[in-house]
Amino acid sequence: MSEALEETLHETTPPTPNVVEARDLRVWYGTDRGPVRAVDGVSFDIRPGEILGLVGESGCGKSTLGRGLLGLLPDGAKMDGQLRFEGEDLLALSKRELFSRRGSQLGMIFQEPLTRLNPLMRISEHFRETLRTHNKGMDKAEIDRQALEMLRQMGIPPTRYRSYPHEFSGGMRQRIMIGLALVLKPPFVVADEPTTALDVLVEAQIIRILHDLRQNFDTSLLLITHNLGIIAEACDRVAVMYAGRIVEIGEARTVFATPQHPYTRELLRSTISLSTTGLNFIPGSPPDLVEPPSGCHFHPRCPDAMAICATRAPVDRVHAGGTRAECWAADRAEGLLDDLPEADLAPLKQEEISVADEA
Amino acid sequence: MPTKPELSVDSETVMDLDDLEVHYELGGGILSRVFGLGTKTVKAVDGVTLGLRKGEVLGVVGESGSGKTTLGRALLGLAPTTGGSITYHGSKGARRVSSMHGSELRDLRTDIQMVFQDPHAALNPSMDIETAVGHPLKIHGIAKGAELRQRVVDVLDKVGLTPPERYLSKYPSDLSGGQKQRAVIARAIILDPEVLVADEPVSMLDMSVRAKILQLMLDLKKDLGLTYVYISHDLASAKFFCDRIAIMYLGRVVEVGSTEEIFADPKHPYTRALLGAIPDPDPNRIVVRDLPRGEIPDAANPPLGCAFHPRCPVAVSNCGWESRDLRVLLEDHWTRRDPGAYERESGLVGSLEQLDTPTTHPHFGAGDTVAVTELLARIKVEDPDEPLWRGVDRIDTDSGKVVVHFHEGEDPALRTAGGVEVACVLYPKDAPVSPTPDATLT
Repeated sequence: MSEALEETLHETTPPTPNVVEARDLRVWYGTDRGPVRAVDGVSFDIRPGEILGLVGESGCGKSTLGRGLLGLLPDGAKMDGQLRFEGEDLLALSKRELFSRRGSQLGMIFQEPLTRLNPLMRISEHFRETLRTHNKGMDKAEIDRQALEMLRQMGIPPTRYRSYPHEFSGGMRQRIMIGLALVLKPPFVVADEPTTALDVLVEAQIIRILHDLRQNFDTSLLLITHNLGIIAEACDRVAVMYAGRIVEIGEARTVFATPQHPYTRELLRSTISLSTTGLNFIPGSPPDLVEPPSGCHFHPRCPDAMAICATRAPVDRVHAGGTRAECWAADRAEGLLDDLPEADLAPLKQEEISVADEA
Repeated sequence: MPTKPELSVDSETVMDLDDLEVHYELGGGILSRVFGLGTKTVKAVDGVTLGLRKGEVLGVVGESGSGKTTLGRALLGLAPTTGGSITYHGSKGARRVSSMHGSELRDLRTDIQMVFQDPHAALNPSMDIETAVGHPLKIHGIAKGAELRQRVVDVLDKVGLTPPERYLSKYPSDLSGGQKQRAVIARAIILDPEVLVADEPVSMLDMSVRAKILQLMLDLKKDLGLTYVYISHDLASAKFFCDRIAIMYLGRVVEVGSTEEIFADPKHPYTRALLGAIPDPDPNRIVVRDLPRGEIPDAANPPLGCAFHPRCPVAVSNCGWESRDLRVLLEDHWTRRDPGAYERESGLVGSLEQLDTPTTHPHFGAGDTVAVTELLARIKVEDPDEPLWRGVDRIDTDSGKVVVHFHEGEDPALRTAGGVEVACVLYPKDAPVSPTPDATLT
């Protein structure tokens, strides 16, 4: 990591200790064709009680990063860099130590609640199993008390405590999943596309629950989604991921109002919302992460690309409004590239992208 | 097939749905069927009357379980029509889709085609793109050999899979999601159909690709003179894509009209709820929303009266309040009580199964009628604005049980209101349309 980046990170670090600190974090998968660099050097912090949204197209490394933070990567993956959780180096822990931290310290909310709940176990038994695993001697009355209190907060009536998963609707099952993740009061939870399988009205209910989490729990949340609308409604800050890199990270309102990186801007423009008046899309598709493009990974699809973008990787920098982004065009807009030769700043001749060359 | 005399042929209308019903019989063994016991009916589509006009994009929008997919399948004869009719007005005159079988249905496929939601499942993984896209031509014996290949090349070119030669020998696993959906669309238009039923054609695709596929469909519509039925749960894309929109809820159309009017002045509380629930990336548009509670009910046990009333924030006395709503009220109340109070109160009420049989006069309680009546009064004080209380005429007792007398409900039919049709008791027949019944939602 560059010294400049280290400096900017320190500048923006608030006085309270961060729950998660990632520095130059990398995740590789081994394949026949060589390593897939799914996460390729990302640095970010997650502050206590905040919701950080992680957004990007499919295949940009969002889920890999989320799972990597919890040590849930498959055997073929290798993780490298620095990852601190409440000051502790997670990468130095043994599998066993990491296992004991999952649940009570590091929580996860999955996309498909039905496949994550045991169909033969009542909801009460799910809570008993979860609580007993981490608190050996807890008696039944205490388990019931904590479980019912959690269900109450999730809006599940106590009359349903002894029901089986199939007796609940999809939205209620997802609330139960959230309750099961939060009942151990973990300081950090990763939610991977928690509303993708749900209908729009139920999705809105779940987003509200996630949004209200910070009022009732001391939990920081990494919310992975491809839906920018959800980020805008639920998150304090947003990290935009492209081809294994975090290309932009900042306050959600600021990033959405004044995106610094062209990828963020184009992603916002291609989202179909009620205010959409014309169809926009990003040409091409995310690159093959075995051999990502040189320079800025986004340059082959970028409407603002300059000659320098194809040859040199942009520097991670803090821009106006406090947003961190790595983009030559954003640097140029702030007058930082005035010393560079004209040839570097000339518009990049793009290879034509075929219409159907898409994700 | 002879044209039935009662069919009215409107030159502008391509398809007519007249009181269409698709009901599925559920459960029960052979004995219960013979004796008419215990079988349930799922009314997937329950009396839909709609016209599809030539050259338009008709949106059918609703949540999972609203019957929108079943409706789309019925248009192609893929779901059994149990009542009403579907008529297709094509080049061969008016034909009843709802009573077609076998070869007639196969014939229909040259006129009406479908694009499925999941492009990964809609293509045979062991069939290359040339075979898959050309398959309809082969099935209908329209082309073979060099001519078939030429037509496949032409159609791949139309859907943007260019150069076509690059894709002919590819297998679905070689293609991205967007490319697969293009191949699925190519297969659907190769027979030069008149109507395309697209069931959530972009919901499985990445955000950045959705706009491209919708744009492709708009271009194809213009070039080939297609008529679309666009089935979706996403009002934002429907707003952009459709000329008219029908909002479905539990098998019924609850509101139908031009896209412009539905978005400018949504009338049905369900339409307004759907509009309010769309997450918007514009930080300046975020508003505090009044979300409807709960989820779409079980179609095998639909609510009495209007199917939306249990979730409706503006429901009134004659919306169909009944015993099961009372159960939900009690359970909801208990999520706000401490465990001790819950134990005490549930003891007073007794088994909630007393409230599971739909009735407007539920009898319930474990004996202490005074205490149960007091409990109901306390719940009402807690939230006097709860819509359910608008439906309670009186509460009295009868042989040890508390009886809540709900107002008799009405099952609203689609009625004209302004420029749209809406099925809601707030818009009774011939009533003046404005003002909107409740401003809190907008």
